[in-house]
Amino acid sequence: MLKSKRLSKKYGKKTVVKEVDFHIPHGKITSLIGPNGAGKSTVLNMIARLIERESGDIMFKEKDVLEWNSTELAKNLSILKQSNSLYLKLTIKELVEFGRFPYSKGNLTAEDREKVDIAIEYMELDDIKDRYLDELSGGQRQRAYIAMVIAQDTEYLMLDEPLNNIDIKHSKNMMRLIRKLCNELHKTVILVMHDLNFASCYSDYIIAFKDGKILKAGNAEEVMTREVLEEIYELPVAIHNIEGRNICVYY
Amino acid sequence: MNRLIVSIIIIMLSIASVFVGVVGIELDAILRGDSHALLILFVSRLPRLTAVLITGIALSVAGLIMQQLARNKYVSPQTGATIFSAQLGFIIAMVYFNEAGKKMEIGLAFLFAMIGTTIFMIMVQRTKFKNVIYIPLIGMMLGNVISAVTEFISYRYNIVQNLKDWSAGNFSLILKGNYETLYICLPLVIIAFIYANYFNIAGMGDDFAKNLGVNYKLVLYSGLGIVSLLTAGVVVTVGSIPFVGLIVPNLVSILKGDRMKMTLIDTALLGAMFLIVCDIVGRLIIFPYELPIGLTVGVVGSGIFLLMIWRREVKRAA
Repeated sequence: MLKSKRLSKKYGKKTVVKEVDFHIPHGKITSLIGPNGAGKSTVLNMIARLIERESGDIMFKEKDVLEWNSTELAKNLSILKQSNSLYLKLTIKELVEFGRFPYSKGNLTAEDREKVDIAIEYMELDDIKDRYLDELSGGQRQRAYIAMVIAQDTEYLMLDEPLNNIDIKHSKNMMRLIRKLCNELHKTVILVMHDLNFASCYSDYIIAFKDGKILKAGNAEEVMTREVLEEIYELPVAIHNIEGRNICVYY
Repeated sequence: MNRLIVSIIIIMLSIASVFVGVVGIELDAILRGDSHALLILFVSRLPRLTAVLITGIALSVAGLIMQQLARNKYVSPQTGATIFSAQLGFIIAMVYFNEAGKKMEIGLAFLFAMIGTTIFMIMVQRTKFKNVIYIPLIGMMLGNVISAVTEFISYRYNIVQNLKDWSAGNFSLILKGNYETLYICLPLVIIAFIYANYFNIAGMGDDFAKNLGVNYKLVLYSGLGIVSLLTAGVVVTVGSIPFVGLIVPNLVSILKGDRMKMTLIDTALLGAMFLIVCDIVGRLIIFPYELPIGLTVGVVGSGIFLLMIWRREVKRAA
């Protein structure tokens, strides 16, 4: 339902994404991994139309994303970037309500309010929903933003480095919630991940990028191998299978 | 901040404002239908009151929109080059299209305000170093460059004195027949209220807006258009007044947050109240003479502004 063909992007003379073909399995969690500058975030941004592509196609539900009406696309596909500025003094609830904007244009219906409440509950923010974003910890704030895209109620959800600036405990919690989103609400989730072991343990499908190309795409076990990881990160790694998961040791 | 209380205060101050002036008018004279009292009331006092209220609303709402769009709390029509650009447009209308009247003045003031503010916004977006204080400094520098052009034109045509009279905000010359251009601000404020959510979303950034299916550029330029026209209306009719667009939205933000659909009305009310207080004080301090509105607003406004910065520093240190 979401796939690309010969997708490319240049910044000036530097090609950051080179004729990439991928498909995102429906109803699964897909992680994009790879070193900085490998093109993962660029691909995510091109899917969401936040940056223009150089050439190639991105087909989403039988139609190129460029042909989608903005509001319709916003009801089917959402993106959350890693740096969300905190310039505005909004409460969690006010922020999450903006997730309903594609549907109600700001005049919330009963259904909208219900979705907002569900999203807040889902991200376990119920008891702090009236607090301002700038009073929250990094993890709470990240959850608030994710609650907003949950309220947006799109079938596809893209999160760029959702674990950025969050400690281990909250990272685990975040991944658990993302897993729940996929299993219970049947969302297709696409993540850009830097922590390989979180990617390995929580995703169904992994796409490994290097220098703007896809080096390997497949199930977590297929991609989390010594050969693939050593090649993309240029670093000796060891893979241990612990409790049925491939865990990567690179220290 | 309770809207009802603020509204009642505004109504009481408005009534008081009508009875402050060199020529004393009394309530029973008005009720009796005394023609002299009625003349003063309808030709001078009520127009002045209306002008003060609309100006307060217009400038504070313009400031609110601009702070959202520039994503910076210290940006306002004053610190974002809008006022100075409108003045340039105004003086060009005065010098080169002398007979063309108010419409031409507002039109040119609007056009220049729009161009100046757009240049400022492009500079803001191109700046990598998005320090909160640095951004308004850029705006003030740009504003000074533009006002240098204004001064150059006024030297060239020997109207430096007149420039000072036109550019400084002044309500004492407001009479029936010369302030009605201000009414252009009211529909703009209503439009801003209807589209408040869009400005809010634009305030969260380009990517954020696109994710919600909102056309960021369209919202940005519509917002700048509203800000420019509000500012042009005020600059042409009463002159420039500092600080209102800067501090009023900030005070409301501190008290009530940034959900614009909620805070726009509060901002408008507080702006009207702030300006009417300054106007009455300015008329009473050296009665029967009056202080220019820019002076009273400047003293009160800079005090509040310093408090705001201090509060921010304290908050950051904590």
